[in-house]
Amino acid sequence: MKKLMNTIKDFFSFIHQKLTQNKVLFIDGNSVKVLNRNVNPRLFKIVSILLIVIIVYLFLYIFGSASLFFVLRRSIYVIVPLILVAFGGLYSERSGIVNIALEGMMVFGAFIGIMFIVKFEDSSINSQVVYLLGILVAGIAGMLFSLIHAFASINMKANQIISGTALNLLAPAFALFVIKLIYGGENILFRDNYFVREMGFLTKIPVLGPIFFEKGYYSTFYTIIIILIAGIFLYKTRIGLRLRACGEHPHAADAAGINVAKMRYFGVMISGLLAGIGGLLLVVPLDVAFRATASGYGFLALAVLISGQWKPFRIIVVAVFFGFMLNLSGAYQSINFLRDAGLPDKVYSMLPFVLTLFVLAFTSKTSQAPRASGEPYDPGKR
Amino acid sequence: MMNKFKDIIKKFMISISNILFKPFRNIGFLASVLAILSGILVGFFIMLIVNPPYAGGGLATILFGGFSKGLTGIGDVLIYAAPLLLAGLSVGFAFKTGLFNIGVSGQMAFGAFLAIFVGVKWTFLGDFQWAVAVLAAILGGALWGLVPGLLKALFNVHEVVSTIMMNWIAVYGAFVAYAAANLIGSTTQNAQKVIRTGALPTWGLDSLFNSNTIDIGIILAVIAAIIIHIVLNKTTFGFELKAVGLNKDSAKYAGINSKRSIILSMVIAGALSGLAAATLYLNVTGATYKIETYPISQGFEGIAVALLAYSGPLPIIASSIFFAWLKVGGDQLSGWGYDPNIIGVIISAIVYFSALGFVFRKVIKKIFKKQFGGEIL
Repeated sequence: MKKLMNTIKDFFSFIHQKLTQNKVLFIDGNSVKVLNRNVNPRLFKIVSILLIVIIVYLFLYIFGSASLFFVLRRSIYVIVPLILVAFGGLYSERSGIVNIALEGMMVFGAFIGIMFIVKFEDSSINSQVVYLLGILVAGIAGMLFSLIHAFASINMKANQIISGTALNLLAPAFALFVIKLIYGGENILFRDNYFVREMGFLTKIPVLGPIFFEKGYYSTFYTIIIILIAGIFLYKTRIGLRLRACGEHPHAADAAGINVAKMRYFGVMISGLLAGIGGLLLVVPLDVAFRATASGYGFLALAVLISGQWKPFRIIVVAVFFGFMLNLSGAYQSINFLRDAGLPDKVYSMLPFVLTLFVLAFTSKTSQAPRASGEPYDPGKR
Repeated sequence: MMNKFKDIIKKFMISISNILFKPFRNIGFLASVLAILSGILVGFFIMLIVNPPYAGGGLATILFGGFSKGLTGIGDVLIYAAPLLLAGLSVGFAFKTGLFNIGVSGQMAFGAFLAIFVGVKWTFLGDFQWAVAVLAAILGGALWGLVPGLLKALFNVHEVVSTIMMNWIAVYGAFVAYAAANLIGSTTQNAQKVIRTGALPTWGLDSLFNSNTIDIGIILAVIAAIIIHIVLNKTTFGFELKAVGLNKDSAKYAGINSKRSIILSMVIAGALSGLAAATLYLNVTGATYKIETYPISQGFEGIAVALLAYSGPLPIIASSIFFAWLKVGGDQLSGWGYDPNIIGVIISAIVYFSALGFVFRKVIKKIFKKQFGGEIL
């Protein structure tokens, strides 16, 4: 009996230990003294996220209507590329290279990707395979394009804002020039063969089905995987840590034996890869033709990156909020109290930007960019 | 006697050449020229690849296209240049004070709205209507710049984000505002044109350049550039703004009110953008404000203009005229079978090469040491 009591006691002390900050002192065998009663922040985070997810799920289950699911579905078209591109910016800026060329990289990636998928549009190859390959091609194109920025800002120690601006100007001009040359017009028309109406039994799941597994793209799922990998890689692996070190204090990183130039090349190239993919994923659902523009989403991603304070989780939260708000304007008429307000529809288009400014005003007080971003690394300095 | 006279002549000649050629011995200037030449070379190569026989003609058109219509062509260049100059000045001024103003488009849009409102509706002002419209544009731009300035100074909001947001607020706000003010023009995508007295006067420039679209926009722009040059380089106020841009904390230590400086910098940058909108839209026959879901493109071109000039107010005059020159030349390129978008490629190449200025400067220094054995400014 006493043994059983002891096991139970041990079990509870184990739980308690896990929940507290692990700052536990063991004095003579089994008496436990807790120094700090704060809850483990990581556990707290996970539990609270789970709670929020459950509450949102229940809310949608009870109040969800077709129109709300429609808005959420449309939002995903924007949220996914936005997170992807913002993560691209994250890799670059965390490695110490300011990247305002996200827009240009998106345009270039989308341009090459669209050329690719248009080429195979009528062939007998499965359209989903074509799209997957197109995404790969777009990513590689963005990566190669980003090398221009990397070369200028790492090897040539150029001003990174100037070089980024050059890329932003170059991508649309070059794309338009080539489009005129090859297709004769101002844009490339494409057919959206990649849209999927239903995804088997998954569509039948309440709430999740109509949001994720209906009238969407399979690309959403691989992108979510890419996003997860990218986020974990930057924070949980040795290379990720080294990359961030190069953005905070390159001299210290160099002294620790890290090749700063290599790390920064890596960061910028990943940035180009993700932005290129994001460009394609944005253009395909939203338009019927590629018009050599990313409609300013590259700059929005930059804004998301900065509002997310260069932290992956916050970036995701900001992007989700933003993507949802952006689509509200397209669907406000199906939401009763918004329709009755009788405001012009462009007011709803303005709303996400105004709200972001408000949110930023309250959350930016301690915001800090990676310390060395924007500064060319000069080993001789200091 | 004769020798002394010769000496005086010699000294005089040297001082004249110093004054005349000083800008050409300036390393920044030379680096920019090198960047321009490299950029044009890139364009030439692209034309060579696409259609070799006409590449020479195409290059000549880009370089001298502005001359082909005589003074009218030069007038066209100046018409293009005025808003570019002011947009570039806005970006450049903000750069000098340590801020990155991507929000020129939004500031222009709000300035344009107020200017068009005054230029269309306030007919009771008579001959002063255009002047009030210009002031309204400046006020609008300044207000639109004030918001990011306040957010930056009081809440530490990154100005890149807030100015991007302000751009989009202006874009969508325009739909609401023009409809509410009843200013929508012939089609739903165009704003109304201002009336004759609301448009910028020509002061004889129209007969000089034999053009019916030119107005005093370029004169206003150049005056603004000179004023900004004086403010930045010759006044305590400008020194304070620059000091805050270089290091906020040490400026604070030196007794400068850094918050006030940041706010004022953004307000002035915004005012310049507003003036850019006035030179662009306050006319009867020229550009029309488009109510569309994309920011005004001149706002972004201004970044390139400022960067090529290393943000100097006076060099910005030259770089904006140069970009306008390329644009006018490029519009005639289709005569040779080339797409005018090649100008965009050339401009981006020039900007890219000017980012490599560090390397160019090194090369130039080396050449000068070898050739002339002297130092360069």
